Amino acid sequence: MKYYDKLIFELSRPGRTGFSLPAAEGGMPVGGKLWRGSAPELPEVSEPDVVRHYTNLSQMNFGVDTGFYPLGSCTMKYNPKLNEEIAAMPGFTGQHPLQPKESTEGSRAVFEELDKALAAITGMKRFTFRPCAGAHGELTGLMLMKEYHLGRGDLARTKVIVPDSAHGTNPASAACCGYEIVVVKSKADGLVDVEDLKPLLGPDIAGIMMTNPNTLGLFEKDIKEIAELVHGCGGLLYYDGANMNPLLGVARPGDMGFDILHLNLHKTFSTPHGGGGPGSGPVGVSERVLPYLDIPHVSGFHGNFTVMLRALAYILMLGRENIRMAGRLATLNANYVKESLKDCYRLPIPSVCKHEFVFDGLLEPNGTTTLDVAKRLLDYGFHAPTIYFPLLFHQAIMIEPTETESPETLDAFIEVMRKIAEEARTDPGLLHSAPRTAPVGRPDETRAARQPILKYEA
Amino acid sequence: MSKIVDGLLYSESHEWVKVDGNVAIVGISDYAQSELGDITYVDMPEPDDEFKAGDDFGAVESVKTSGEIIAPVSGKVVACNTELAEHPELINEDAYSAWIVKIEMSDRSELDSLLNASAYAKLLG
Repeated sequence: MKYYDKLIFELSRPGRTGFSLPAAEGGMPVGGKLWRGSAPELPEVSEPDVVRHYTNLSQMNFGVDTGFYPLGSCTMKYNPKLNEEIAAMPGFTGQHPLQPKESTEGSRAVFEELDKALAAITGMKRFTFRPCAGAHGELTGLMLMKEYHLGRGDLARTKVIVPDSAHGTNPASAACCGYEIVVVKSKADGLVDVEDLKPLLGPDIAGIMMTNPNTLGLFEKDIKEIAELVHGCGGLLYYDGANMNPLLGVARPGDMGFDILHLNLHKTFSTPHGGGGPGSGPVGVSERVLPYLDIPHVSGFHGNFTVMLRALAYILMLGRENIRMAGRLATLNANYVKESLKDCYRLPIPSVCKHEFVFDGLLEPNGTTTLDVAKRLLDYGFHAPTIYFPLLFHQAIMIEPTETESPETLDAFIEVMRKIAEEARTDPGLLHSAPRTAPVGRPDETRAARQPILKYEA
Repeated sequence: MSKIVDGLLYSESHEWVKVDGNVAIVGISDYAQSELGDITYVDMPEPDDEFKAGDDFGAVESVKTSGEIIAPVSGKVVACNTELAEHPELINEDAYSAWIVKIEMSDRSELDSLLNASAYAKLLG
């Protein structure tokens, strides 16, 4: 990897510029309420400066176009370039949200088609496309849950149940809606403990939030019974769509009894993500919640439209039959990696997983930690898996290979993971001192958190 | 091996309690701080907040994760260790001198359900 660490401000030279504009017709306005007192402190650079700067920065990046990216819970599948072609069509990119309705027929057809496709895939009735990310979708979904209960005059429901294996966003979303969080425990096999759930249910429960398969990559087999119990006490079921990938075309949350869900289009439906976006977290609802869903049929503001375009392109490209293969291959790949490494890494839950699984550190750590393993992987050219999540296991390594990887890539990863296990036994210093090949070694995360430097200062 | 101090009481969720008359001084154990790693922030309640035993009343955040602080006894907060706002690392340096809150107990009998040093040592194994 080529090392490049300049800030664009360091390239700035007074008066240098990459453009020339004609003089404003009728002269520039002078003064006025919105007139700024001093020129903005922007970098002054030429066009080649800009192009080389960002090209150099991009070469320090690691993405799914560079290599294997088994970041658990993030579904870093390959993003087909056809998606990009569709999203770049000028008929879509040239639109303005406020242009006349009669001139946006095509875009509205995209919404309608995507709505129908997602409803067919999930078993939900309708979707809203406004939420711009998974967590945004969760918040929207929980607000819908609240509206549902309040709209029925049911004011007593103040609690939301969340499993101890849940993504952190689940309790956060519920708390943002004013709900008290009640945690339901998992059994030793990693699934929600139905017996622990029963006494928590009552007239004060607004609903339960579940991820299925859960964050350990395990299918919640008791979901039908859980749905009956929760509905029986008057609560709703929320489906966190983060792990929808293995279910594509195989099973539908709507059929399991879920009432509200969000999907992460950027994960499951193959649009570029990481580094903060852009995401899209449409929320779908069942028949009973449908009256509370705000579906804007006219407004031009629908969230991240080009992400939706890419998702629709992906769904249509695969079609009904092939989309079934996506989930199945993701499951096959995860189980292949898991079974190939379980004699080197501690596998706390040995059952068949879905799209991802969790190791609890090395079997013979010899003084090394999961962090050391993850850092050493960088030296071998792989992105590290998710580490220290879920919190159920203290040395968690969460691996999600996705369906788009070839057997050769998986085998190369397995070989390196085995080699690292061997290094831990024979030469643990190699792990402690990793990464050696990355432009930055180990950042001081503690100091960064305690004394963050949040802006550039010359 | 984590440090355990004789004479303190411990909860199964790794808080320690020092009894001072009717006041319970609460912190997190050495085991808890070592599991959390470098602590970056302590979320504390306000004085006069009231809690029941088992309520979570704050959180300890580290680079790696975040852990809730569970009230080992019921009562009213009478003091918070404001020094931790600027220096959360004090918990890493000595978990047993870096107390987090002082709680005026409303039911001293709850102390009976906490663990003594040897029972806590057994819990950690």
